[in-house]
Amino acid sequence: MQGNEACAEGAISAGVRFYAGYPITPSTEIAEHMANRLPEIGGVFIQMEDEIAGMAAVIGASIGGMRALTATSGPGFSLKQENLGYAIMAEIPCVVVNVQRMGPSTGVPTAPAQGDVMQARWGTHGDHPIIVFSPASVYETYYLTIAAVNLSQKMRQPVIMLLDEVIGHMREKVLIPETGKLMVEKSSDRVPSDWKPYDEKGLTPLVPFGFGHYYHVTGLFHDQYGFPTGDPPQVERALDRLHDKLVKYRDEIVMTNYIGHKEPRVAIVAYGCTVRSARAVVKKAYWQDRLPVGLLSLQTIWPFPAKEIETLARQVDVIIVPEMNMGQIVGEVERYACGQAKVVPLNRYDGDMITPDQIYDLMGRWLP
Amino acid sequence: MAAIEHLTQDFLRTKKLPHIWCPGCGNGIVTAALVRAIERTGYNQRDVVIVSGIGCSSRAAGYLNFNTLHTTHGRALAFATGLKMARPELKLFVIMGDGDCSAIGGNHFIHAARRNIDLNAVIVNNHIYGMTGGQHSPLTPYGKKATTAPRGTMERPFDLLALARGAGATFGARGTAAQPRQLEQLITRGANHKGFSVLEALSPCPIAYGRRNKLGGPVEMLRDLKDKSLSVERAAQAEPEELEEKTVTGVIFTVDAPEFTEEYYRSIERAGGQKQGV
Repeated sequence: MQGNEACAEGAISAGVRFYAGYPITPSTEIAEHMANRLPEIGGVFIQMEDEIAGMAAVIGASIGGMRALTATSGPGFSLKQENLGYAIMAEIPCVVVNVQRMGPSTGVPTAPAQGDVMQARWGTHGDHPIIVFSPASVYETYYLTIAAVNLSQKMRQPVIMLLDEVIGHMREKVLIPETGKLMVEKSSDRVPSDWKPYDEKGLTPLVPFGFGHYYHVTGLFHDQYGFPTGDPPQVERALDRLHDKLVKYRDEIVMTNYIGHKEPRVAIVAYGCTVRSARAVVKKAYWQDRLPVGLLSLQTIWPFPAKEIETLARQVDVIIVPEMNMGQIVGEVERYACGQAKVVPLNRYDGDMITPDQIYDLMGRWLP
Repeated sequence: MAAIEHLTQDFLRTKKLPHIWCPGCGNGIVTAALVRAIERTGYNQRDVVIVSGIGCSSRAAGYLNFNTLHTTHGRALAFATGLKMARPELKLFVIMGDGDCSAIGGNHFIHAARRNIDLNAVIVNNHIYGMTGGQHSPLTPYGKKATTAPRGTMERPFDLLALARGAGATFGARGTAAQPRQLEQLITRGANHKGFSVLEALSPCPIAYGRRNKLGGPVEMLRDLKDKSLSVERAAQAEPEELEEKTVTGVIFTVDAPEFTEEYYRSIERAGGQKQGV
C-alpha cells in the first residue's frame, strides 16, 4: 500500500467520515482514495473550490460531529493556515495532512523536501500551540494517522500529519486490523447539564451542533461559553488554556524512538523520510561494525521533544541532524542540547533524498 | 406583543445586548426580520444554525440563541457547506455583509450557488465595509465615496442576484431594511425553498457610508431605500426609464434544480453505504 493510501485508511480506521479538500500534487491520492471509500461507509467526500474552503468545510463538519480530515501540499498548506488558526482558537478537532514537496512557491511539485517544518509550527498568525506528527514509513503513516485523529478529538486541537513526497508515494506492507472501529477512541457520551464549550476547569468533549446546547463558536477571544471578550484577564486565561492542555498531556503527544548503541558517542536526530537513511547508517555502523552510534527518530516534531534532546545531548559528543531543507529542526536541537553536545547540520535541498553514505561520511569524523 | 416577547425570550440572547451596532444601523432590523422568519418556518430551535462571516452584520450570530458559528472573513459559506454535508437535517442561515460575501468570499459564494446546496444566505448590503471604517466594497455603487475611494469609486459594482443566478443559485430575492415585513416574508420563502437561496437585504449605514456621501441621517436613508424600491410585480409593468435609479424588490428568480446534499446522500445509498448517525 502507498503512504498516501495508508494515511486515508488510517483516518477511516480512526472513524474519519468526512473529507474536504482540493487536488494538489503529491497529496492527491489521499483525496482520490477518500472519494472512493467514504461513500461506501456512509461518509462524505467533497472537493471544494479551494484549499481555504477545504479547511473551512472540515471544521464545519467537525462542529457537526463528524471526524474530519483534509490533505494538501505546500502551496495549499499556505492557504489552509487561515482556518487552521480558527480551529486552534475555537478548539475544533480536525486532522490536516501536508505531503511536503520542494518549495518555496510552486517549487518542484514532484520532488520531496522537508521545508515546511517551521511553517507547520508557525504558519498561522498569533501565539498558538500545535501538534505535528512526522511518519517515516507507510506503516507508521497508518498508525500515526489513527493517533492524530484520536488525539485531535481528545485535545480538541488540530493535528498536522507532516508527510513528504517519499513517504506519500512509497509502497510498503501494512497490516490493517479487520475492524477499523476498534481504533476509535470514544469520547464520553454523557454530557453534564452544566457543560460549557470552553470550560476553564479543563478539557471537555465538543457537543456537536443540533443537540440543544446553544453555544457560540468564534475565532475571537472568548469566555467559557464561547462569547467574545476583549477583557485582558480573560484573554490571557483563554490563551493559557490553549497552551496548557498541550503541556498537561505532553507525554501522550510526544513520541520518539531510539535505536543503536547504549552509550553512543555520535547520535543522529531525524524525522520523516530521512529516518530511513539514518536507520541504514545505524544498521551498518552499529549492528555490523559495533561503533558507538545511535538514532533518535522523532514521530512528533511539535511540540518539540525537548526533554529527549536534553537527555541525548548529555550522553553524546556529537548530534547530527540530517534534514531535506536548509536547516529547520537543527535550531531546536541546538537550543535544547544547551552546548552539552556539538550539533552538526546535514542539509540537502536539491529535491533528492539524503543518502546513508552522506550521513556515514560526515559521522566518520567523530568516530574512532 | 405576547408573540414578540416569546421570540425575545427564546431566540435572542438578551443578556448579550445591547449590540455593538451604531445608531441608525439597519443590522438590527434585518436580524429581527430573520428571527421572525425563523419563527414563521416553525423550525425546531435545536435544528437551526446561524453561520456568519466577519463584519458588522456577522456579529448578529452572537445575539441569536441557536447554535451559532462566527467564522473567518469570507468563509462562512465554506464552513456552512461542511456542516450541512455532515448534518443535512440542520437548517442553516448564513449571514454575510456585502464585502464579506462578494469580495473575499466571492469564490465560496459562486460555488455554493453552483452546487445548489440547501443553505439560506442572507446578505446585508450596506454598500460599505463598516467595521473597518468605510472602505468601498464590490457592491459600492459607481462613483460613491469611501475612505479608500476618496474621489468616488471607479469600480463597477456586482449585481449580486444576477451573479447568484448566473452561478446557479435557485432562489434569489431582494428586500430592504425599510420594509421589514416584506424582508421577513422573503427570508421565510427562501428558507422554505430547497436549494441555495440568496437574499439581498439593502440596509443603511449612516455612519460609514451615508455621512461621507451626504445621504442624510438614518431616517433619510431609510426613506430613500423605501422610495427607490419597486416591487417585482410593478417593475414588470414599468417602462424602462421608470426603472432607472430604482431597486427591484421581491422574489427576483426561482429555478428548479437538484439539491446537492440530497443528491450526495442518494449517491451514498448507491455506493452501498449508510448515512452515519452522529
